[in-house]
Amino acid sequence: MALIRKPKIKSIPYEDFKDNESLEQLIDQLNEKGTNVIVTTADQLINWGRSNSVWPMNFGTSCCAIELMAMGAARFDMARFGFEVTRTSPRQADLILVCGTITNKMAPVLRRLYDQMADPKYVIAIGGCTISGGPFTKSYHVVKGVDQILPVDVYVPGCPPRPEAFYYGMMQLQRKMKIENYLGTVNAKQKDEHKQEAQALQQKILNEEQEA
Amino acid sequence: MTLEITTIAPAELHAEMLRLKEERKMDYLRNLIGMDWGEEGLGVIYMLESSETGETANLKTLTADRENPCIPTVSDIWDIANIYEREVFDYFGIKFLNNPDMRRLFLREDWVGYPLRKDDKPEQENPLRMDDEPLADTTTEYFLREDGTLASRQHTIFAPEDYVVNVGPQHPSTHGVLHMRVKLDGETVRKIEPVLGYIHRGIEKISESLTYPQMLAMTDRLDYLSAMQNRHAMCMCIEKAMELEVTPRIQYIRTIMDELQRIASHLIYYACMTMDTGALTAFFYTFREREMLCKIFEDNFGGRLIMNYNTIGGVQYDILPDFARQVKEFCQALRKRFHEYQDIYTTNIIAQQRMIGVGTLSLDEVISRGVTGPSGRASGWHNDVRKRHPYALYDQVEFNEIIRTEGDTNARHWNRMDEILESLHIVEQLIDNIPEGEYQVKRKPIIKLPEGDFYQAVESSRGEFGVFIESKGDKSPYRVHFRSNGLPLVGAMDAACRDQKFADLIAIGASMDFVIPDIDR
Ligand code: SF4
Repeated sequence: MALIRKPKIKSIPYEDFKDNESLEQLIDQLNEKGTNVIVTTADQLINWGRSNSVWPMNFGTSCCAIELMAMGAARFDMARFGFEVTRTSPRQADLILVCGTITNKMAPVLRRLYDQMADPKYVIAIGGCTISGGPFTKSYHVVKGVDQILPVDVYVPGCPPRPEAFYYGMMQLQRKMKIENYLGTVNAKQKDEHKQEAQALQQKILNEEQEA
Repeated sequence: MTLEITTIAPAELHAEMLRLKEERKMDYLRNLIGMDWGEEGLGVIYMLESSETGETANLKTLTADRENPCIPTVSDIWDIANIYEREVFDYFGIKFLNNPDMRRLFLREDWVGYPLRKDDKPEQENPLRMDDEPLADTTTEYFLREDGTLASRQHTIFAPEDYVVNVGPQHPSTHGVLHMRVKLDGETVRKIEPVLGYIHRGIEKISESLTYPQMLAMTDRLDYLSAMQNRHAMCMCIEKAMELEVTPRIQYIRTIMDELQRIASHLIYYACMTMDTGALTAFFYTFREREMLCKIFEDNFGGRLIMNYNTIGGVQYDILPDFARQVKEFCQALRKRFHEYQDIYTTNIIAQQRMIGVGTLSLDEVISRGVTGPSGRASGWHNDVRKRHPYALYDQVEFNEIIRTEGDTNARHWNRMDEILESLHIVEQLIDNIPEGEYQVKRKPIIKLPEGDFYQAVESSRGEFGVFIESKGDKSPYRVHFRSNGLPLVGAMDAACRDQKFADLIAIGASMDFVIPDIDR
């Protein structure tokens, strides 16, 4: 039974979003597997709550982070969308906003922060630097796109993107969250190879500690 | 106008430097630039200035040995040289003899090769490493034995029994990705070791493969809160080399924009400072005014944060007809609301107790450590580039160099607050008199600089920002070096925070107001 419908976002009609195809693909995929009426209704309620209280972790390394600050201030006001609870600890965040250039030295740190976040978790790559290395693609010390190290959900281009672009990206994420099958899929243990790696490492450290 | 640089043999370097410092009072080491002159060898350019007389001197030294290049250290003469020499070691592998701390500065300790050498291929040997970076607790010092052979000895930074806490690289109050290893004794800070390079983008190396107009885009992204001034410096440096005169209109526009940028930067400083010390409401006050500025910027040239406005020989677009009105409105609004910042934060007793008498730097310390900008002026050092080496219209407008002598967090904070008013004063003098004329002077489409070395400094929002270009007559520079205004600030953190409380470290760091991408470049 196909139950997952078009996600609604306040004040922007569905048709006004530019890239509905990818979303529709996702919906088809989910519907193919078949859904359970009770679970799906519960899902929609949970997702409504989840998508309107996304707690981002602001991981700002450079210029784009200043625009993030401007978003927090009065003119652009993140609180309207439920994003205002920016956390500085990965343990309390649902979403990591990667704002700014990621260098080779920073990459392992970023990966570790991501591993420390609780599932379900999302990644938004903000600015040219995080998408492809931006103006620094020629550099010997810049990661050419964070998708090399993290699974990215939404890309927001710009150098830096305008706050409106940030919001557009955030709303895309909200829409994605709204169609997700929360119970049974998203909150279940993900088979992420990085995560397994991290768990193995953690186990190893624990074992070593116990031995010592 | 190329720089005059005296060449000196490595063997005589140390004695000559000492003489310059003692006899000619060259107490400020502006720059220490590593160079790779190919066949001729590797070397270093030193730029010195006297804080009393304003005299300058430039020296260079080089060694032909590319396998084991050694140059004596000057870190015992100027404190800042320590960190500069580490940078050169990191980039070129030049070993500074008797520098007690020869570690890499920006790159990981397991990095292979020296990226700024002309024959190095950094990408090939350095894939993206996802394992944790090694951080040594010891440093190496190289020295020459009596028979002239190279030897090394180890020094300890942190002993095994020391209690070391990591602040950063992901920490809300380090203003970016600074990592400090802090040795604590209870609540008291005993030592700070900054670990840099988390946002090292290799801009100096990239610039060597770009043409001059392309290079401009990099400057905005160094210290993005001084985007305008940085680009101004780069444009002036190139114009100086090309001997290109710009029209008065351009000078007016550039000066006004520089000052507006300074105001925007200090407003953000205030927001960060208040947030770091726990006053979240105050943050909204200055961002309100900053949005007005962003609107002016955006209307006139499309960028809110990174403007890409100055170009070689002018500015990108002419200002809008109602630019003057907008700016005047902003000035009025800011003057009217300025007292609110002080009411809500600066005069608050809690804020005062966290600032007054905390994190003091003495005059000698700031000069020796090269701490320029409002932070240096808080310790009584007259270092404003706008007064020392006037450029644009700064010799024609009237303004005060804000000086305080206490050297504490409070002085640094108030210096920035007063500079906002001073910048307003400059803008108000100019805004009604912008002359008619070209906003871009005509120049050849392909820019080649004559052979030589060129340097241009500006007073950016947080100190002296300098651009050094060595040209071999091509479309691209042979070597570009940026004098970072933030690197000395981080270098001074150890001196400012020693024996202070751990919580004050955050406030002291905020009052230094560093921007990390500018430090790491
Ligand atoms: S995308 Fe542009 S603004 Fe954003 S971090 Fe990169 S250089 Fe800075």
